[in-house]
Amino acid sequence: MIAHHPATWSPLLGRLGIDAIPHEPIVIGTFFAVALGGAAVLALLTYFKLWGYLWKEWFTSVDHKKIGIMYMVLGLIMFLRGFADAVMMRGQQAMAFNGSQGFLTSEHFDQVFTAHGVIMIFFVAMPFVTGLMNYVVPLQIGARDVSFPFLNNFSFWMTVGGAVLVMASLFLGEFARTGWLAYPPLSGLAYSPDVGVDYYIWSLQVAGVGTTLSGVNLIATILKLRAPGMSMMKMPVFTWTALVTNVLIVAAFPVLTVVLALLGLDRTLHTNFFTNDFGGSAMLYVNLIWIWGHPEVYILVLPIFGVFSEITATFCGKRLFGYSSMVYATVVIGVLSYIVWLHHFFTMGSGASVNSFFGISTMVISIPTGAKMFNWLFTMYKGRIRYELPMMWTVAFMLTFVIGGMTGVMLAVPPADFVLHNSLFLIAHFHNVIIGGVVFGVFAAINYWWPKAFGFRLNQFWGKVQFWCWLVGFWVAFTPVYILGLMGVTRRMRVFDDPSLQIWYVIAAFGALLIAAGIGAMLLQFGISIWKRDEYKVEGDPWEGRTLEWSTSSPPPEYNFAFTPKIHELDAWSDMKAKGVARPTEGFRAILMPKNTWAGIVIAGMATACGFAMIWQIWWLAALSLASIVATAIFHTFNYNRTFHIPAEHVAEVEAARTAQLAALSKGGAA
Amino acid sequence: MSTPISTPLRRIRVAGAAAALLMLSACEHANIFEPSGDVAQRQAHLVLLSTGLMLLIIVPVMLLTAFFAWHFRAGNRDASYDPEFHHSTKVELVVWSAPLAIIIALGSVTWVYTHLLDPFRPLDRLAEGQPVTAADKPLEVEVVALDWKWLFIYPEQKVASVNELALPTGRPVHFRLTSATVMNSFFVPAIAGQIYAMPGMASQLNAVVNKPGTFRGFSANYSGAGFSQMHFNTLGLEPAAFDKWVADTKAAGGNLDAATYLKLAEPTIAEPVHHFGAVSADLFDKVVNLCVEPGKMCVNQMAMLDARGGTGKAGLFNLAQLTYDKDGRPNLTPLTAARQAQLDQRLNKAFVAALCATGPAPLAAKAPKLTLSQPAPSPLS
Amino acid sequence: MSSAELTGQYYDLHEHDHPEGGSTALGFWIYLMSDCLIFAMLFATFGVLGGNYAAGPGPKDLFDLPLVAVNTAMLLFSSITYGFAMIAMQSGKKNLVLLWLAITGLFGAAFLGIELTEFHHLIEEGAGPQRSAFLSAFFTLVGTHGLHVTFGSIWLVTLMVQVGRFGLTTANQRRLACLSLFWHFLDVVWIGVFTFVYLMGVLR
Repeated sequence: MIAHHPATWSPLLGRLGIDAIPHEPIVIGTFFAVALGGAAVLALLTYFKLWGYLWKEWFTSVDHKKIGIMYMVLGLIMFLRGFADAVMMRGQQAMAFNGSQGFLTSEHFDQVFTAHGVIMIFFVAMPFVTGLMNYVVPLQIGARDVSFPFLNNFSFWMTVGGAVLVMASLFLGEFARTGWLAYPPLSGLAYSPDVGVDYYIWSLQVAGVGTTLSGVNLIATILKLRAPGMSMMKMPVFTWTALVTNVLIVAAFPVLTVVLALLGLDRTLHTNFFTNDFGGSAMLYVNLIWIWGHPEVYILVLPIFGVFSEITATFCGKRLFGYSSMVYATVVIGVLSYIVWLHHFFTMGSGASVNSFFGISTMVISIPTGAKMFNWLFTMYKGRIRYELPMMWTVAFMLTFVIGGMTGVMLAVPPADFVLHNSLFLIAHFHNVIIGGVVFGVFAAINYWWPKAFGFRLNQFWGKVQFWCWLVGFWVAFTPVYILGLMGVTRRMRVFDDPSLQIWYVIAAFGALLIAAGIGAMLLQFGISIWKRDEYKVEGDPWEGRTLEWSTSSPPPEYNFAFTPKIHELDAWSDMKAKGVARPTEGFRAILMPKNTWAGIVIAGMATACGFAMIWQIWWLAALSLASIVATAIFHTFNYNRTFHIPAEHVAEVEAARTAQLAALSKGGAA
Repeated sequence: MSTPISTPLRRIRVAGAAAALLMLSACEHANIFEPSGDVAQRQAHLVLLSTGLMLLIIVPVMLLTAFFAWHFRAGNRDASYDPEFHHSTKVELVVWSAPLAIIIALGSVTWVYTHLLDPFRPLDRLAEGQPVTAADKPLEVEVVALDWKWLFIYPEQKVASVNELALPTGRPVHFRLTSATVMNSFFVPAIAGQIYAMPGMASQLNAVVNKPGTFRGFSANYSGAGFSQMHFNTLGLEPAAFDKWVADTKAAGGNLDAATYLKLAEPTIAEPVHHFGAVSADLFDKVVNLCVEPGKMCVNQMAMLDARGGTGKAGLFNLAQLTYDKDGRPNLTPLTAARQAQLDQRLNKAFVAALCATGPAPLAAKAPKLTLSQPAPSPLS
Repeated sequence: MSSAELTGQYYDLHEHDHPEGGSTALGFWIYLMSDCLIFAMLFATFGVLGGNYAAGPGPKDLFDLPLVAVNTAMLLFSSITYGFAMIAMQSGKKNLVLLWLAITGLFGAAFLGIELTEFHHLIEEGAGPQRSAFLSAFFTLVGTHGLHVTFGSIWLVTLMVQVGRFGLTTANQRRLACLSLFWHFLDVVWIGVFTFVYLMGVLR
């Protein structure tokens, strides 16, 4: 009844055996590099006695700011992995012509493109946007933390758990060779009998639990913890987009959970949901996964629209144009994102009327999106635009994203999609919106909120190098991909027999190198800025910000606000500055805060072990870790003492230090 | 010269693939705007039309972005600055209605063309100003996606070919497509857009070749290790040349019966072109219904039994007849006559059980065809 | 207006602690909605695949309606008794709460026992989840509900221990209210299962 390889399954180790260790020289090389690097990091942490600090101050922290930063770090690390996959693909496709097989076998190449997609969406883009929302939203609404701080820590570690499983697949067994959405029957037992698809399923299940819970958490936070006076229509736009995004998360991720669970059941228990025989339906899988998959696109891009809205208003020195139409557009996009999923498979033959409905509903999304674009445009109109890095990214986004939007609408016309579907045109389209939208937005956000998070600015020169490398690199890398798509070249090809295509792939590979230079410049920018952090020091409000997060110090104290602000207008901090509201400097009170907890990281660790056991069918470990999860969770609920007071004297001390700093700064400014 | 695949799949040998590749590389990629078939022509036209419609709004937006970004820079003290300009009903009206107008136009075009160019719909014209008449009887072609090659069956001509599709010019072609393994997408950009070929069901595509030539065809949906080499040449032949191709194929001999098909269905990479001068008449229907292998119950028979409420507990153990690939790739071990008789007997038993369970209505052979437009009924519908 | 007054207008200078748990009811509702979506997807799957018997038995051949009716009664009773536990909680009667919770737990256990018997019987007959898409969808939908009841029961026992040890504290009252939502939610889902899967299955 249970599916396992009869020859290699053992009760102790399941399917895990010596043959699970890869033989590919590239993978072995990577393994040693990662192992050496990892050992070096561990040794340094031990040498500098940082374990205790990391455990106490970060890993067990329930502070939304620290969790937000950890999400960003996770996103960054996985971004390097995902980009390495991209470089391998570009290299392979530029080489494999005229009988050359390139340097990757299909076994390896097919894992690389699957891993690239999965990692970039789930473990790069998702942690980045979740991290941003985690960091910024409570500050923007004048809250001291999220509604469920322990859950927040747990969600983060579940996301890490998923990432750990994906990385483990590199060195133990293999990853899926199915494409990032793992359509059956290819992902079924018959055609993918090894552990690759199981790694896919369980890494996403573990991470998905975290994502769903973090969605619940942020919705509750936004609805319940807004500062007094902040009505819904006085919320910053970023918070609005975060709200809609998290509603989408809670309404979409359970669908992914179900569809992956059913695929997992097909693979482990031999059920018949998506099988060819016994009445299963692979088309059901494709529908279900896109019912999650399309909203997912907006889960990624909506918060980024919020980021650009904040940045445009700040650097144009103007209130955002058309705030309420911006809010309505966001909500409308959120709702519409649920009735367009079928446009991902017009070519499945659903019939003309169904295809037309989904095609037209897709186009309708471009109306609110277009309105947003115009609203940013008219925010710039009669503004006084300061071209700091975040604003540069914003203009680059506006010019890049509209092209991606246009090619997206082309793909929404079903007869046109019949020639463009699954082609490199599609690939270029979604990289155009995801890089031009989400990635540019994340870089804009990092440059914008870094001073808030760390108290010093990022180096401008290397930021500009990064900006130009990315902008030029993106177009050099993806214009050829658009052209190849219009030549009818399909995606996921490993070798080519038509030599006339090679030149385009070579250009695209060159673009990827430019992007690599951009990533190098970014790392350099971070390094140099940290090195010279005293030189780049800033106070609470370096950009003449408009929203509440700029009213606290940089970095904010652990309690965010010594006194909860009261809101009277949109752009609350601008309003306070305009009215000349003085910061309270006395009468501080003790502040109730949540305590750190070990439970999140421990339970997530057990869940990761459980996922690993399920992948390799080590049943005893799966049962044991599941039982430990339940037992630990119950044990944790016996702890009723989860809060503590920051004493009023401590608050007074911290705030006095800030008063002194502000005074010194204004004296310096006067001189 | 095809490359046999040994299990486990990780040990796929691709030796010889390069040589086969060179044989197949007769044609280059053409861009989608220079097709040789009317359907592709109209689809390309629609790509251009939708691009044009959208450029109406994209170009002004990009120009305005560039202009505003430059003009309102902080350094330009000549530019006006009005921090209070954050609402204007007129502007709002324009920014919502301009995209709306474009989408109304594009949406109407989409509705009309999606219906007109629906791949399942018989062609209405062969070319501009040349409507299809009753005399233009479509050529029937049955397409099977295999791991990792394409099988084309010509039911009227009773010939078949692997990795080569010959089509006459100026005559409508009606494809019926299926897959014997995983999802694939049948795509010859020069003649028409793609359509998925999926196991256990048949999709359709209507197209016409207008100009003779050799066109590239391939799977446009990733299907596993041999996907990159899963392409074929489409020969657009003048009617006389097509007839000759059929005659030559017939003359060359070879018979695609169930046993030959099952051998052919084994996974290979870069399978060379080869032909069959004869084909079993019901082969395609059996492929669609996953019952080429002797002793298997066909999907349409199964669906018919299900529509009558199943076969009761009597049918609980008829598993062998139903198993196609859920436990692994289709089991291709050759059957002995005795084993086959045993399987047939079991199948008959299941049918008898079904009959007893659902009453004496005669079990006609005309089971409903399970297609995309007629899926199995759902209990909640 | 003086500067101090202005500051008072823009900062809450007399703020009191925001005790934890203020968002719990809302948060738990949102979680339940996401869980509801899981069931919605499983219902949809059953809707699509529920007629695919794979030339095997259908609902008529397999379902034992009287048994399922008894099972339904167990769950409905458990919901009522949980309601009594909540009423007892409102009036602060700790031992009564514990008594009603225990009865609820027993009904829950009876429900699970009957469900397991049904599953065991089906699998023993050869009508396991592997037999057809219909049975896969059936076992997964009903089994997921059963898993929820199992975790609900574990939670219930945990809460009984906590109420017994720490009394009807605010935190425990909040937890009892959350489990109440969860328990009634499972009841509602079961009514859907009973109607769509069992009754309509046998009627077809």
